[in-house]
Amino acid sequence: MSLGFRSVGACAITRRATVLQLRRSGGGVARHGYVLDVIGSFGMGSGMPASRRGTGSVAVRAGSALARRPADKLRLWKMMVQLRAYDERATLLQRQGRIGAYPTFWGEEAIQAAAVLAVGDADWLFLSYRQNAVPVLRGLPPEQAWAYFRGDPRGFFDPSQFGCAPQCVPLATHLPHAVGWAVGRRLQGGDEVALAFFGDGASSEGDAHEAMNLASVLRAPVVFLCTNNQWAISTPLSRQAAVDHLSARAAGYGMPGVTVDGYDPLAVLGAVAEAVDRARSGGGPSLVEASCYRIGPHATADDPSLYRDEAEAALWREREPIGRFERQLQEEGHLATQDIIEEHERAASAMRDAGHRLDRMPVPTGEEMTAHVLAVPPPSWPRSSAPTLATAEQ
Amino acid sequence: MTTPPAAPGNAEPVTLVQAVDAALEAELAADPRVVLLGEDIGRMGGVFRATAGLQARFGESRVVDVPACEAGFVGAAVGMCLAGLRPVVELQFDSFSYPAFEQIVCHLARYRWRTAGATEMPAVLRIPYGGGTHAPELHSDSPEALFCHIPGLVVVTPSSPADAYSMLRWAIRHPDPVIFMEPKRLYRSTRAALPADPDPEGLLRARVVRPGTDVTIVSYGPSVPTCREVAEMLAARGTSAEILDLRALWPLDQEAILASVRRTRRCVVVHEAARSCGVGAEVAALIAEHAMFSLDGPVVRVAGLDAPFPMFMLEDLYLPDPGRIVDAVEEALR
Repeated sequence: MSLGFRSVGACAITRRATVLQLRRSGGGVARHGYVLDVIGSFGMGSGMPASRRGTGSVAVRAGSALARRPADKLRLWKMMVQLRAYDERATLLQRQGRIGAYPTFWGEEAIQAAAVLAVGDADWLFLSYRQNAVPVLRGLPPEQAWAYFRGDPRGFFDPSQFGCAPQCVPLATHLPHAVGWAVGRRLQGGDEVALAFFGDGASSEGDAHEAMNLASVLRAPVVFLCTNNQWAISTPLSRQAAVDHLSARAAGYGMPGVTVDGYDPLAVLGAVAEAVDRARSGGGPSLVEASCYRIGPHATADDPSLYRDEAEAALWREREPIGRFERQLQEEGHLATQDIIEEHERAASAMRDAGHRLDRMPVPTGEEMTAHVLAVPPPSWPRSSAPTLATAEQ
Repeated sequence: MTTPPAAPGNAEPVTLVQAVDAALEAELAADPRVVLLGEDIGRMGGVFRATAGLQARFGESRVVDVPACEAGFVGAAVGMCLAGLRPVVELQFDSFSYPAFEQIVCHLARYRWRTAGATEMPAVLRIPYGGGTHAPELHSDSPEALFCHIPGLVVVTPSSPADAYSMLRWAIRHPDPVIFMEPKRLYRSTRAALPADPDPEGLLRARVVRPGTDVTIVSYGPSVPTCREVAEMLAARGTSAEILDLRALWPLDQEAILASVRRTRRCVVVHEAARSCGVGAEVAALIAEHAMFSLDGPVVRVAGLDAPFPMFMLEDLYLPDPGRIVDAVEEALR
C-alpha cells in the first residue's frame, strides 16, 4: 500500500510503526512548506475503477488562498490561542469543582480553528463534544459553553445564532443531521455547506457510515472532518479500524478522501477549504481525516496511564501545533516573541474573566426541566408534571 | 398502482391508505417546506402505495427516495428541521423504526428542549404498524408505547380514513415531532369520504365512536373496528358499550377518558401491543389515580401477549378478537 503522505511539518503517527511517514521534503509537492498531499489510491488495487466521482485520487493542492495570506495565518493563530486558553481554563474549572467532567481537546486546536476559518459565515458546523469550544469561535460566550459542563441548562444555545448545532453526545449521530441540513438548505435555494466533526471512535458507528453513504447518494454539500487522535478513551486505532487511514473509507462511498497532518493548521485549512469549495460548487461530500494524537486524557475523569505509555504522549506534546505554528510564523516574519506572549496573556485573561462570569450565573430553577420540551404542551401537562416541579424546587 | 383521490372534500369514498396519500399531497401542495423521505416512496409510491403519484407531481427533491438506512434518514430529517423544512418520513414497517430509535430518542425528541426552545422539530414519522396481514417476521409489531415513553414526542394513530386524512394534515402542520402510527390492517378495509374541512383543534382529542352507558371500551388504531363489532354484539344482549377511540396516545385525552369512565363506571382497554407497560397500563393508572371511586369494578385489559409477535399462522390467537373482548367486558361488569 502506497500512502504517499508528505508533509514538511512533523507529523509522524506511531501506530503500526509507520502509518504517516515524515518526509522532510516531499517530491515537488509542498509549495509553501506546509502541505500535505495525501491521498492516493489507498489499497484499492488496480482492479478498482479509476474514478467514480473522482474517488480516491484527488490531489489536494497546496492550500487555498486563505492559507497563503499573512492576515489569515495570524487570524488562524489567534483562534488557536483562544481555543488553548479556553481548554486550559476549563480544565482548571473542573479541577476546582466549578464545572463537571470536561472533555479536553488540548492539541486539537489546529484542526478546529482551521475548519472554522475554512467555512463561510453562513455554513453550519456540526459538533461532537470535543469541539465544545467551536461555538465560542463564532461568538458564544465561554461561560455559556461552560455552563453546559456544570450541568446548567443555560449552556443550551440557539444553533441558528452561531451556525453551530449543539455538541452531540452520542457518537456520530450528528453526521446525518449535517446531511439533512445541507440537503434542506440546497432545496431552499441556498449554497451553504455543512461541516461535521467526528473522531476515530465515532468512525466505527453505524451513523457515520449511513451519513456518508446518504450524503454521497444525495450529493449533499457536506464536509466530513475526522479528527483521528488515535484513541477512543482506551481503545487504540488498531482496535477501531483495520485500515491505516480512515480517509480510505471515502472510496467506499464514492467521495474524495484525504489525510492531513492535524497538527499543521495550514494543511488542515487547505484540505478543508478545498472540500468546502467542492461541496459548494455541486461536487458533493468529502472526507478529510486530520491525523493527530490525543495528548491529553479522554476527559478529566480519565487516567490514560492505565492503558498507554504516557511517555508517548509526552513526545507528542513536544510537537503540539501552537508552538510549531508560532515558530513557523516567526520564521516567516509575521510574529515577534513579544506578540506571542501578549496574545497568550490576553486570551488567558479573557477566559479567566469568563470563569468569573460563570460563577456569577444564578443557579437554574426547576421550571427549566420542563420548559421547552414541546411547543404545544398538552392540556393535561400540569397534572403529570406538577409534582416533579414541586420536588425540584425544594 | 392506486390513484390518489383528487381533492379534499371529494365525495368519492377512499381507503385509509388513499387518505394518507391525499393528506400528503394536500400538504406538499400547500407548503413548499414539506418534504417526504423514505425507502421506495418515489417512483414506486411506497410498499403500501401511501405516496402513490407524489414524486411524479412534486419531483425527486421533495419526494426523496433514500438508501436503506433508517438512522441515517431519520437523522437527516432532524437536520432538515434545523434547515427550516417540515420532513415527513415513512418508516416502511413498524420494526424498521428500531434502527432509527437512537435518532428519535436522543435528537428528534430532545432538540427543542436542548436548544432552550430555539429549535422546532416539526417532523412526522409515519409508521405502518400492527398485525393481521399475514406479514413476514418483524413486520407486525406495535411499538407505540415505546414512543409514548419518550418525552418530547406526540404519538397519534387514526382508525378511519377520515381521521387518517385530518390527523396527518394536522400532524404535518404541528410544530412538535409526531409519531404517526398507521394501522396497516385497516389500510384497505373500509372506504369513507374525506372531510372537506379538517378540524385542527379536536385531533388530540379522543373520539366517542359509539356512545354507551354500561361500560367504556377504550381502544385505538387497528382494534377500534373490532371493538365496534363487539359493541353491536353486546347491544344485542342488552349491554350498552361506549367505544372511545383515543387517537392520541401521547398526550392522552385524560378528560375524555375520565368523563366516560365516571359515567359508565366500568372500563375495558383494548390494544394489540404487548400487555405489560402498554398504553392500557397508562389508561388504567390514570383511572386509578383520578376516578378510583367512580368505578364499580377493576379496569380490564385485553392486549397482545408478553411475547414476540407470533409467526402469522398463530396471529389470530394473539390479536384481541371479539370473543376475548366480550369476556373482558363480562369480567368488568361482574
